[in-house]
Amino acid sequence: MPKGKVAGLTGNEAMAEAMRQIAPDVVAAYPITPSTQVVENFSQFVADGKVPTNFVTTESEHSAMSACIGAAAAGGRVMTATSSAGLALMWEMLYVASGLRLPIVMATVNRALSAPLNIHGDHSDSMGARDSGWIQLYGENAQEAYDNALMAFGIAEDPAVRLPVMCCYDGFTISHAIERVELLADDAAKKFVGAYKPLLPMLDIKHPVTYGAVDLQDYYTEHKRQQVEGMAGARGAILREAERYAKLTGRSYGHFATHRLEDAEVGVLSLSSSAGTMREVIDELREQGIRAGGLKLRVFRPFPAAELAAALGHLKVLAVLDRADSFGAFGGPVFHEVRSALYDAPQRPRVVNYIYGLGGRDLSLEEGRQLLRRVKTIADTGKVDSQYDYLQVRA
Amino acid sequence: MAEKKKGWKELPLGGAIPGGGTSHAYVTGGWRTFRPVLDRKKCTNCMICWVFCPDSSVIFKDGKHQGFDLAHCKGCGICAEECPKKIQAITMVEETEFKNEGVCHAEG
Repeated sequence: MPKGKVAGLTGNEAMAEAMRQIAPDVVAAYPITPSTQVVENFSQFVADGKVPTNFVTTESEHSAMSACIGAAAAGGRVMTATSSAGLALMWEMLYVASGLRLPIVMATVNRALSAPLNIHGDHSDSMGARDSGWIQLYGENAQEAYDNALMAFGIAEDPAVRLPVMCCYDGFTISHAIERVELLADDAAKKFVGAYKPLLPMLDIKHPVTYGAVDLQDYYTEHKRQQVEGMAGARGAILREAERYAKLTGRSYGHFATHRLEDAEVGVLSLSSSAGTMREVIDELREQGIRAGGLKLRVFRPFPAAELAAALGHLKVLAVLDRADSFGAFGGPVFHEVRSALYDAPQRPRVVNYIYGLGGRDLSLEEGRQLLRRVKTIADTGKVDSQYDYLQVRA
Repeated sequence: MAEKKKGWKELPLGGAIPGGGTSHAYVTGGWRTFRPVLDRKKCTNCMICWVFCPDSSVIFKDGKHQGFDLAHCKGCGICAEECPKKIQAITMVEETEFKNEGVCHAEG
């Protein structure tokens, strides 16, 4: 396999490189901070003749996703990128993309949703879209953003899956920070992603097909049930693509990654960039004799409930970090699902929820230390002061 | 007649309907309250009604008006409206006048 190169890239630049190497048939997009650079850089590649993609500039994100849906139904391999309010404006069409079983891949650069207006990173956009039928992968850094994009089409286009994929990564923290990124050689990336064989393409005029017909009480339930099966198929496809990718790069991915979790007494579960911060804190606390461990969730949809229960059941206390809240519920979206996954486990930890990092507020090492000490106190005393709490909030 | 409906494992993904021209199989003539009736003595076979019919329900064969596809005609009356005023070969007649014949059959 030809060698790739190591480059200093922002998360957005790494994503644009992945898109150039994948060379989708169509990219339709409307720029929004912090995902703007993804399509900005990619459109430059198109303008420079470095990629033969048909780049469609639309007048809104709703139109961008609509154009992606049309192109994908026609039989093309399709990508886009968005963030925050852009994802919210795509809402209606997100369900259409997954409902029509179109394997579109989208870079979702996580950003807060208004109001008050905020352009920085949190998970309220993608967490709100968690029930839209899209597979959701979360990357911790620029490398993972790039890697997830290359693996995404193998998952999305699997005949047992046929669902769109969001490759999520934190706005600014990842999208705009320059990191060391290992890129595959162009031909290796192209070979890994492979050629696309569309299913029932509308442009195959010898085999006409209707998309988007009305589907009422007589068949709608059956089609939704099929989507559940696609999500079930994604579990295997995600692991298979990760295995293929590991053979090529040495970087291995699963539904989640653990850090010193096996013999841990207290644990912390998080997504995306905060996972690296928590690893540092865990290593520090281990030196002080505190048996702490971490779990970084990579796949939120389909939710790996049984695997999480097996990995976390032995803990005394688990803190789940949510970078978005679910107002009126008692805790954030990740907390609810993790705790539900553990409910039937033969042995289960106390599970507490902390909301952090809203609107791009940094999670510092010191805050991480305080958090894990608080979890340790719960483990030692058996007393939970509050099961659901905000970190970093001024009284 | 109760049709046996397919289960979720048998249906094409995403509600896609393979095959073309599926609208022919879907009968929309039952929506009609007025039916176009052709007076063959007056008709000049000018095909203006054929051009304007939004449902492709005017049937022509060898340049001759054959009548209407009543399985798909929704009774909008555009054919009668567009038939030249000095000819007026098409009249819209209330569907109840034909109640003993059934609603959805091709005429002519």
